[in-house]
Amino acid sequence: MADQPTAFERFTQGILPENPVYRQLLGLCPVLAVTNSMQGAMTMAGAVLFVLLCANVIISLIRDLLKPHLRIVIFTLTIATFVTIVDRFLAAYMYQMSKSLGPYIPLIIVNCIIICRCEVCASKQSVITAASDAVGQSLGFALALASIASVREILGTGMFFGFRVLPEMWPDWVIMVLPPGAFLTFGLLLGAVNWIVAMKKAKD
Amino acid sequence: MSDTTQQNQPLQDESSEVPVIQVGHSPHLSNESFTTRRMMIDVLIALLPVVGMSVYIFQMYAVKQMAICLVTCLAAEAAFIKMRNRSFSLTDCSAAVTGIILGLSLPATAPWYVGVIASVVAIGIGKVIFGGLGMNLFNPAMVGRAFVMIAFAGVMAASGYESLNTGIDAITQATPLNAFKQMGISTSLTDLFFGLTNGSPGETSALACLIGGIYLCIRRTASWEIPAGIIAVVLIMGGLADIMGSASNWTVLHHLFSGSLLFGAFFIATDPVSSPLTAKGKFIFGAGIGFFIMVLRFFSGYPEGVMFAVLFMNALTPLLNRWTIPAAMGE
Repeated sequence: MADQPTAFERFTQGILPENPVYRQLLGLCPVLAVTNSMQGAMTMAGAVLFVLLCANVIISLIRDLLKPHLRIVIFTLTIATFVTIVDRFLAAYMYQMSKSLGPYIPLIIVNCIIICRCEVCASKQSVITAASDAVGQSLGFALALASIASVREILGTGMFFGFRVLPEMWPDWVIMVLPPGAFLTFGLLLGAVNWIVAMKKAKD
Repeated sequence: MSDTTQQNQPLQDESSEVPVIQVGHSPHLSNESFTTRRMMIDVLIALLPVVGMSVYIFQMYAVKQMAICLVTCLAAEAAFIKMRNRSFSLTDCSAAVTGIILGLSLPATAPWYVGVIASVVAIGIGKVIFGGLGMNLFNPAMVGRAFVMIAFAGVMAASGYESLNTGIDAITQATPLNAFKQMGISTSLTDLFFGLTNGSPGETSALACLIGGIYLCIRRTASWEIPAGIIAVVLIMGGLADIMGSASNWTVLHHLFSGSLLFGAFFIATDPVSSPLTAKGKFIFGAGIGFFIMVLRFFSGYPEGVMFAVLFMNALTPLLNRWTIPAAMGE
C-alpha cells in the first residue's frame, strides 16, 4: 500500500481531475434531479458532504475490522445512518427544502459516489486521508451541481439563487427546469469538459 | 471509396505491389440524380404551394417567421460546421429545408426568439451533435419545435395561435382542432381543404400539402409508403370512431384535412434520414405515426399530435430497420 495517494493528492484529485460527476460519471441521479435551482443543488451538495465525510471517517476508523465479504453491507449501513440524520435534520429545520428535494435526500444512501469513496479510499487509508478525500470529492460534486444548476436556473427562470439576474422581459425557458433540460444541460457541459480535457491532452 | 478499398485490403507489405481493384457490392448502379442537393431542392419546390398559401393567409407574419427560421438555420449550420472543421455543407440545402419547415410549423405570430431558438436547437441538438446530416436520429425541425413547444408553452400552445390585433382574419379564430377539442365546434370541410383557417402557416391548406406531397412522391424524393401508411391508419381509426359515433360532427375527413396531418405526412415524416430504409419498414413507420397522431388527438391534452408522433416513431426507426431486413438473394 505504499503507493496510495497522499491526503493532499486525494483532496485535489476529487475537485477536478477525478471530478465525481464529469470524470467518473457517478451519482448522476441527484445531478439530473435536483439541479433546477441553485438552492436545491447546494443543499444536496451540503448533504452529500456531510454524509460522505462522516461515512469516510467511520469506515476509515474501522477499516481493520472489515471482513471483505461483508464490507458493502457495512458501508451501506454506515451511510444509511448519516443519511437518516441529514434527512431528519432537513425535515426539522428546512421543511420547504426537504419537501422540494423529496426522495432525493434518502436516495443518497444508494449514491454510488459515497460507496465508491468508501471502497476506494476510506477502507484502505488513514482517517486524515479519508477525510480530505471526502471533502475533495464533495467539492467536486458541488462544483458540478453548481455548474448545471446555474445554467438551468438562469435560463429557466431568469434567476440565480432566487434573485433576478435577467431582465423581467426574459422569456423563461420552461424546458430547462424540466427533466429534458437536465439531460440537455448535463450532456452539453459533459461534452465541453471532455473537449477541454482532449485539448489539454493534445497540448501535453 | 479509396478509404474503404484500403481498409478492405488484407495487410500487405509496402513493397509488394497489389493492383487496386475497385469492387463494390452489387447492384452497380450510380444515379447522379439522387444527390442530397437534388432531393432537398425538390423538397423546396414541393413546398412552394404551401409557402404560397401560407403567405396568402398569414401575409407578413408567415414571411417573417420563415425568414427568421431560414436565416438562423443557415447561420447555425455554418457556425457548427466551422466548429467541427468540416467542409462547407450549406450548398446541399438541407439546412434551408429544415428552416423552411420549421418556419411553416411555428405559430405565425410567435415572437422572434422562438424561431431563433428553435432553429439553433434544430440544427445544433437535432443534427450536428449526432454527427451532421445523415447521422441524426430525429427529424431536426421537429426537435427544434418540440424544444420551444415545452420551453415556451404559453406561446406555443393552441391558444398561442390566436391573436386579435393582427388584422388577419384567420388568426382571430381558434385553430380548428382546438375549437373542436375545447368547445366541440366543427369547421367546414371546404375551409379545411383550402386552408382558410388558423394554425401553423404550413398546415392550414390540405390542398397545397397534397399538391406538394404528390409532386414529391412522383419524383420519388419522398417515399409514398410513409404518407400512405399515415393516411391509411388515420382513415381506419377515424372511420371506426365515426361508426362508433363518438364524434358526430368531426368526421374522418375532418381528421384528415385538419391540423398538420397532411403537412406532416408528406414533408416531415418523409425525411429520408430519420425514416426507415425498407419499403415495409416505411409503411410500418407511417402506420405508427398515424396511430399515435390519432391516439394523441383523441386522448391527450394536446389538440394535435403530429410532432410527438413523428419524434416517437423516429426513435423506433433503427428497430424497424432491423426487423424488416429483406431476405438476401438465395436465402
